[in-house]
Amino acid sequence: MKKVAVVGMGHTPFTFAVEKTSVELFSEAAMDALDEAHLKPAEIQALFLGNCLGDFSEGQAMVQSYIANDIGAFHIPATRFEGACASSSLAVRDAFIWVASGFYDVVMVGGVEKAASMGTPLATRTFAMFSDAHYEYTAGLTFPAVFAMLAHLYSTKHSVPIKKLKEQMALISVQSHEYGIKNPNAQFHKAVTVEDVLKGFMVCRPLQLLDCCPFSDGAAVVILASEEKAKELTDKPVYLTGVGQASAGRLSSQKDHLPRLRSREISVKQAYDMAGIKPEDVDICELHDCFSIASILAVESLGFADYGKGGELWEKGEARIGGRIPVNISGGLKSKGHPIGATGASQVYEVVHQLRGDLEAQGRQVEGAKVGLTDTLGGDGIVCNLVLQKGY
Amino acid sequence: MEYKLTFKDYNDALKKGNLLGLKCRTCGAITCPPKMTCQECASTDLDVTELSGSGKIVTFSVVNVGPEGREAEAPYILVLVQLDEGPWIMGNFADIDPNKVTMDLIDKRVQLGVKVFPGDKYSPDGGARPLFSFA
Repeated sequence: MKKVAVVGMGHTPFTFAVEKTSVELFSEAAMDALDEAHLKPAEIQALFLGNCLGDFSEGQAMVQSYIANDIGAFHIPATRFEGACASSSLAVRDAFIWVASGFYDVVMVGGVEKAASMGTPLATRTFAMFSDAHYEYTAGLTFPAVFAMLAHLYSTKHSVPIKKLKEQMALISVQSHEYGIKNPNAQFHKAVTVEDVLKGFMVCRPLQLLDCCPFSDGAAVVILASEEKAKELTDKPVYLTGVGQASAGRLSSQKDHLPRLRSREISVKQAYDMAGIKPEDVDICELHDCFSIASILAVESLGFADYGKGGELWEKGEARIGGRIPVNISGGLKSKGHPIGATGASQVYEVVHQLRGDLEAQGRQVEGAKVGLTDTLGGDGIVCNLVLQKGY
Repeated sequence: MEYKLTFKDYNDALKKGNLLGLKCRTCGAITCPPKMTCQECASTDLDVTELSGSGKIVTFSVVNVGPEGREAEAPYILVLVQLDEGPWIMGNFADIDPNKVTMDLIDKRVQLGVKVFPGDKYSPDGGARPLFSFA
């Protein structure tokens, strides 16, 4: 297999509803990525696009074809990836495999979504499509409800009283908002306190408003190239050195593992093993904090904390810059925003900037970071993990 | 290979208050709701079996924001119930005011009832789901 590098990136602001179309959002990020990589559209050999809900938000399916044409990459193969909130991470993994195989030398990967533009009722309905339509949606399952039930299960399985768990969860939202303020692409630039979180509207017990990420519009793009090509394009290559992906059945079928997500444990082991690293080697992690409890579940399965102890990372400041494992220094889904099809590519964008040391001026650089991990969860069971390493 | 227990047959039975599952001839495990293969060992050697509908609540949430078309249902209680035969199943819970639920609900013994989601423009078939109450 060939080594595969990230050679260019672009990212729109993540926002509340905007008037730009999905094509316009993606193309803006795509042109910035081409510019950074010193590439022309005609040099892109294929487009791998994450997009979930364009059919519902704009009445636009097959958007990948129009995007390829829009940016002037005429007639290239363009493929859409749908894996709920993990869509563009799946796209990155597949693009990686095609470049690593030698089939392509330069490809564009990314994602776009206009989830905020859908409004809360339709967004809640369509996000619920990422659960079993016949056997679980019938009961009124929504996405906050999945994580609400996991929070109660976590509390009982690990004997963490719900009051203490909720305080840990609140600390996670507080940290995310603190770093989001420093990220110019973040949807929220607003500090919140533990008290703010604990007095918020109860969306789905025990999850309150500030335990939940927002609905967002936005796009993120990365360009991947083979090692030889990357050496022509950049003197700061960051290599994708490990990838993992796994799936799962409907939530109730995961009974032997919940609140752990077995698919995450399988996926991240693939990524760690391929990269030849262990959890303690990771210097920076962007993980899937769709809800505050999701961060606790993730750090445990990723190997950063013992089961039942994940919340202590935030209590002890270990998830901050300078801590043992800095988590979501972008603000995470909670504060940066979560335009679902774009989220995985956005996590890669963030980790690559950290590994290049680009974030000093924003006041959120993890000094000396060399190894980064992304973690993206789609629905109640698709997980994709990517390991990125500084290559210079 | 023909599907042993389809959604239609499972759903028709559930609407009458009968919960069907699949008993594996290879490992003995019960799978419910149905699938092509045993959830434990992936065998296709399965027999349709009727389950008791009895179990205990393992977790719950109170949903205050319903999806489009189902806003009026909120607030409602969602539960995951561990059936006595082993599988977990998702449903609603009816016996308590959603505003008065506490963590004490977990581990309570419950018995199956049924409520039908009539469907919407995205899920035109809808489907029955368990509506549990205290046993």
